[in-house]
Formats: sequence, C-alpha cells, structure tokens
Amino acid sequence: MHDVFATQTTHAGAGGAAMLEIRNLEAWYGESRALRSICLDVRDGEVVTLLGRNGAGKSTTLKSIMGMMRKRAGSIKLYGEELIGCASNAIARKGIAFCPENRGIFSSLTVAENLTLPPIVRDGGMSEEEIFDLFPNLRERLNTGGTKLSGGEQQMLAIGRILRTGARLILLDEPTEGLAPAIVQQIGRVIRRLRERGLTVILVEQNFRFAETLADRHYVIENGNVVDSMTNAEVPANRDKLAAYLGV
Amino acid sequence: MILIFGVPIQALTGQLMVGLINGAFYALLSLGVAIIFGMLRIANFVHGAQYMLGAFVAWFLLNLPNIFPGLGLPTIGYWVALVLAPLVVFGVGILIEFLFIRRVYDLDHAYSLLLTIGLTMVLEGAFRLKYGSSGQPYEIPELLKGGRNLGFMFLPYYRVWVVVVSLVVCFATWFMIERTKFGAYLRAATEDPILVRAFGINVPLMLMLTYGFGVGLAGFTGVMAAPIYQVSPGMGQNLIIIVFAVVVIGGMGSILGAIISGFFLGIIEGLTKVFWPEASNTVIFVIMAIILLVRPNGLIGRVAK
Amino acid sequence: MTTIDIKQQPVARLEWEKVALVILLALALIAPSFVYPLFLVRILTFVLFASAYNLIFGYAGLLGFGHAAFFGLASYAVAQSAKTLPITPEIAILFGVFVSAAMGVVFGWLAIRRQGLYFAMITLALAQIVYFFFAQVEWAHGEDGIQSVPRGHFLGLIDLSDNMVMYYFVLGVFLIGFLFLLRVIASPYGEVLKAVRDNEARAISLGYDANAIKLIAFTISAGLAGLAGGLNALSFQLASLSDVHYLLSAEVILMVLIGGAATTIGPVLGAVVVVAMQNYFAPFGAWVLVFQGVIFVVCVLTMRNGIVGVIDMLAKAWVDKSGKAY
Repeated sequence: MHDVFATQTTHAGAGGAAMLEIRNLEAWYGESRALRSICLDVRDGEVVTLLGRNGAGKSTTLKSIMGMMRKRAGSIKLYGEELIGCASNAIARKGIAFCPENRGIFSSLTVAENLTLPPIVRDGGMSEEEIFDLFPNLRERLNTGGTKLSGGEQQMLAIGRILRTGARLILLDEPTEGLAPAIVQQIGRVIRRLRERGLTVILVEQNFRFAETLADRHYVIENGNVVDSMTNAEVPANRDKLAAYLGV
Repeated sequence: MILIFGVPIQALTGQLMVGLINGAFYALLSLGVAIIFGMLRIANFVHGAQYMLGAFVAWFLLNLPNIFPGLGLPTIGYWVALVLAPLVVFGVGILIEFLFIRRVYDLDHAYSLLLTIGLTMVLEGAFRLKYGSSGQPYEIPELLKGGRNLGFMFLPYYRVWVVVVSLVVCFATWFMIERTKFGAYLRAATEDPILVRAFGINVPLMLMLTYGFGVGLAGFTGVMAAPIYQVSPGMGQNLIIIVFAVVVIGGMGSILGAIISGFFLGIIEGLTKVFWPEASNTVIFVIMAIILLVRPNGLIGRVAK
Repeated sequence: MTTIDIKQQPVARLEWEKVALVILLALALIAPSFVYPLFLVRILTFVLFASAYNLIFGYAGLLGFGHAAFFGLASYAVAQSAKTLPITPEIAILFGVFVSAAMGVVFGWLAIRRQGLYFAMITLALAQIVYFFFAQVEWAHGEDGIQSVPRGHFLGLIDLSDNMVMYYFVLGVFLIGFLFLLRVIASPYGEVLKAVRDNEARAISLGYDANAIKLIAFTISAGLAGLAGGLNALSFQLASLSDVHYLLSAEVILMVLIGGAATTIGPVLGAVVVVAMQNYFAPFGAWVLVFQGVIFVVCVLTMRNGIVGVIDMLAKAWVDKSGKAY
C-alpha cells in the first residue's frame, strides 16, 4: 500500500500545504442528488468545520470523503492522491477515520470490542491508556454491551475508538448532538487535544458557538454547495450572516 | 426386561442415541445456516446440497482408483477426507458466493432463497444424472469400527465420535464468533457493514470467507454423515427443510440457538420415534409452529426482524 | 414491507395482455384437435395453480414456499372421495377446494404473523407436515398414491372418461376459477391488497387490517390451488406424493417468476413454459431439474420481471421507435 503520510513533510512544509482538496464533488442517494458541487481545502493540522442546516449535505460530504456513498463524482485528493474510485476500506487505510452521526456503536459488541474494532492503520495512534485518560468513564465499563452506555459515553467510545487507529485526518459528524453541556465541553477539550497532537479534523456542526471555540476555519454548506467560508477570526463580524445561514 | 413408560429400555436408549446423532447433524448444519443468515442475510437453501457435496467428495476420494482407472491414483480415506472435503466444499462455496450470492445482497432477502433453490436444483440434478437416486456405501474408518455393550444398550464408537466432534466444532465456531477479533468484525458487519468497511476492513472479502466457512461446515458434516447414511444425491433434500425449521426455532441468525435447538430437536425426534412413531417425521415442524405462536423470535431470538 | 419489489405496470401492458389472453383462450378452444388433450389439461391446471400462487406472491408480496400442500391436499381429497363415495366429480372437486381453503385459513393464520424469509420457512415447514401425513397415512398408499380414480359423470349425466370431454370440462372449471381470480384482483379488495403489499404501515394507518387482508388472499389462493390440484387428480386419475412435494412448491414459484409476478398473463406464460419443458425434457431424466435450476438462477439474477418484463421492454422500445418515425 502506498503510504501517503510518508511524504507528508515534503508536501506540508510549514503547515500550509493542502492535505485534502475537494473539487466539484457530487453525490447521490439513489436518484436524488445530495451534493451538487462541493469545493473545499483542508490543510495539515487544521480544524475545519462544515456548518449548515439539516439536509444541507454536511454529513454526505464526510461520507463521500470516506467512500461510503455509492454514487459520487468530482475529485477528492489526499496529498494529491485521488480518492474517488477507491473502496471505503482502502480510504480508511490511507489514514482517514470517521465517527458517524448516529455514533455507530455496535450492540452485539462489548465496549472493549467496540474500542478495538477499527484496525490500526498507521503508527502514532493513541494507546488505550491515553484514550482512557481522555474518557475515564470508558475504563470501568469495558465489559458492558456497547449500546448499554449512556449517549455521552457512546459518543466518547465512538471518538475514542478511531483515535487508536493512527489516522491523521479525523472526520467527526455532529459529535455534540443531543449531549449535556458538560459532555459537550469535554468533547471540545478532546478536539483541542487532537489539534495539539497535530491531527487534522473536519467537524460537522450545527452549533457555530461550539465550533468557533475550536476551529481554524469554517465552511457553510447549503443545498449541496459551499456557499461561504471564513476564518475563525472573521466569525465575530459575521454572526448575523451565520445565524441566517443556520436558521438560528 | 426393564420397561420405562411401557417401553423396553433398549429401545428407549437406542432411539435416544439415534436422536442424539441426528441432533449432532442438525446442530452442525443449522450452525452453518444460522451463520450465513445472521451475517450475510442469505437464506442458504443450497446448504443441504452442499452437505451432499461434502459426502460425495469423501466418496470420490475413497474411490479414486475406480473413478480414474489406470492413473495409479491412491485411495484416500476418511481421515484425510475429513480435512480435504470441507476444503473443496469451501472452495465451491467461495465460487458460488463470487458468481451468484453477492449479486443478491442488495435485493430483498426473498431473492436469496429463490436463487439458492435454483442452485440446489442444479447441484442435485447434476448428481442425479450420474448416480440416480441410489446410495453409495461408505465404510466406517477402521479405528472407529465396533462399539461397546453397556448392558442396557450397544454403543457404537463411530456415533460417539460424531457427537463429540459435533460438540467440539459447535463450541469452536461459537467461540470464534463470540470471542475473537474476527468474530467481532463479523458481528459488527452484521449490524452496519458500511461503517465497518469505513474502518478499513474489507467487508466483501469477509462475507465471502464467511459464506465459504458456513458451506465448508456443511461439507464437513457431509463427510461425518457418509458412514452413517448412504451417500446419495438426495441426502440433503429433506434435511435442509428440517434444518430451516431448527434455525427458525432457535431464532434466525442465533448461533447458540441453532446449536441448542439442533441437539434438542434431534433428541425430541428420537423420543417421538419411541412413543409415537407416526409423528416422528413431523414433530419438529409442529414444534416450530408452536414456538412461533408463543415466542415469535425463536428460543434465543437476538434479532427481531 | 414488501417481499418482492414489483415495478409499476406500464400502461402499454394492459393492451397486449388483453389481446394475448383472448388469443390464448381461442387457442384453448381449438387446441385439442392438434395437441394431446391430457397435456393441455396439465397446462390448464398448472396455469390455474400458478395464477393462484401469484395472488399471494405477486399481489400480496408473500413468498410462500409450501403451496404444493394445498394443491396436493385437494388432489388426495378429490381422489379419495371420488373413489370411495357415491358423489359426482363436481362435488368431489368442491370438496377438495373446501378442504384446501380451510387449511389455507389455518396455515395463513400461523404464517402471516411473520414476513419475508420467515414466511417462506414457516409455509415450507407446514407443508412438510402435510407431505409426511400423506406419506404415512394408510389410505394414501405411500409411494404408489391413490390410483385409478374414477372420473365419473359430470352432474351425473356426462361421462368424463373420454379425454376430449374431460378437457372441455377442465377448461370450463378452469375459466370459472381464472375469471374469479381476475375479478378479485380488479376488485376494490384487490386494490387494498396491493396497497398493503406496497406500504403496509400506510395501509394500517388508513384503517385497514393488513393481516386480515393478507389472510383472505392466502385463503383464496389456497382454495384455487386446491381447485387446480383436484382437477389434476381427477384428470390423471391419480393423487401421488409428488403433488405435495416441496419441489412442486418450488416449481410454482418458478412459473410465476419466469412469467412475471403480479401480472395476469405472467403465470399463464410461466406455467406453459415450465410444463412444456418438463414434458419435452422428461426423457432426459434429471436434466429437467438442472434446467429448472438454471432458469431459476437466471430469472433471479437477470430478469426479475420475467417474460412479461422482457416483452414490456421490447414493446416500449418498439413504441418509442415507431413514435419517432412519425
């Protein structure tokens, strides 16, 4: 397998080169078109959020990067290597990990089995100890059935298990949805830790007040298109506009 | 003569033994059907024909010199066949999955049943062309011939072997699925194959191997059965229908349910032969109807679907 | 949830389907002058059997895998009653229809609680009970079956022992059954049945008792399968274990699948093809089984809408092409 991260330093230089380049990405659910023409860039070590309303195409963008959409077109390049046409399992092996919106915890697996399910794809992932430091709740519940955990614990498990894999690009789909404020803060701290470790994160969010505490840049998605983008520094000046986009 | 409920004890223990043997075969076959149904959502009606195939491969191996005269081929006996035949059937299963089964994963489950009915007809028909409906004898291996008289019954060694091996294989399979890493992948893929694939696991390959394994298990059962029942093209025909009922009773897709109800129903069937012989062919189907009324998801129903 | 996904009927179908049915009826009237009448009888009974099965498979979306039980039960009931009781053939057949429909109520009640594969497996298991019953019960004579069943006199007047007379008797009874089925499918009840198939939850929310609706279809289907079985036993003067065997249940699925499920003419074409194939390949023994298996596989993999689906496609291409010419 071609290890794209081996060449990372030559491309990335001083943290500015594009890690992921998406051009004119289209995707369909059956006959209905979910993405029209998504274009966006993510640089090494960045935390980027995709903002937008329900059904705008944020989750579909993540699933398309991951190769989980059956029908997609356009271009998704990871360090210049085209991902369109790659099978989903091959994409994961290139060092991308995905945490789905519904958390995807398996009920027939214990917490420990859920945690160790995704295979290690690269060196440099977190050890189980480090994951338990981030999410102490998981440590005591290793032999519980996966879906017997609370919603917050399931979310921690869903994030924790992909941190083991050594993936350098982490895709998080609405990790704070429906969770208590204390847990949302905990997840926020975890995302900052990932950034300190030099991981790249794409975060799908509806809540830009949460997103602006973590992210470097934001893209706004509407009707399957990127309609706006801004750096985090530009957010305060654009609050009204963002509120209008998100309908809050 | 000792009587229990008005039945001689020899008859009772004898039928119990027959029931236990049948139960061992039901359990092994139901296990394969349950794995394939649970993991792939495929109703593998061709399982009975694949069991027959296993028995025939063992018979071919034994009769190589007669089938290909003049080539100086050796005759390959039971013990090698016990390893080789399941591997051959595993290979056939992989091929069947690759050519046919994977084309119906995305269709309604009903199509998998129709497809495998068709494959059953082709396989059984092909063997009938050559061997008609008559049975070919297959001898018990030298080591397991004979038996021991326990006073109240005669205990043939081969039958003890069948029961023990069946228990061991069932336990090993259960362990592999419920307690190992590969099993965890399988269970997870049952719930959400797309996500498991997005973790970097080659799910299509895994499904192919799983189908091959379940089918290989049928082939293994066929070799085990060859010395007890005659090797004939129709040997899996009625069995598969019983096995389907056993799987429904155990709870479709439940591994443990398939094993337990396999043995349990074999014994019930044996006892019925003693006390009400006319009902022995149908008792399993009647139990299935009753179970469906009182416990619609089967004895150990994990998935209600 | 539907078991089988059926495409919406194209409007053009209705045109050629009606024409084809009328032509086939005309052929049925004159055919015995050219073809051996008992072969035609076999086709008619299997067309009726397949059409009856289509009611649950195509129109109710239920994959029953034990319809031979109803065909065979009536077959044995008609054979035994015609042989041992002083009754006329039409009474014997009515009796056969009645017992099959009654068993349809019981089996249907047990099976329709479950859907999809469960439904298939349950109907299969229940049908096996029937099979073993006839395999063991003394008066059914095991492998031999009930032989030399007297055809008797229709209404006590018309002697049916002549094959030609028998054929027209069968054709008459067949038409009654077939037209009744068409009437059921076209009736408001038939519309509700299709609605339940396409979206059960929605039909229930509209106030329909989905299980009762399916049970009615299952019972009608069982009764008509019985009618086919009874006619078959009387015509061939034989009721045997192959009438209740699971392979017959598989064959009737094949007939509907190959012809085209949820269409009027599909089961007709499917039954003709399968019976003709069995007839012409009979000398080749087990090849029949192999061929049937291959057709099964091909139908499932490549033409799930059957012969009718293919004709529709050709007809559409032809209409499009001739449309452009104008």
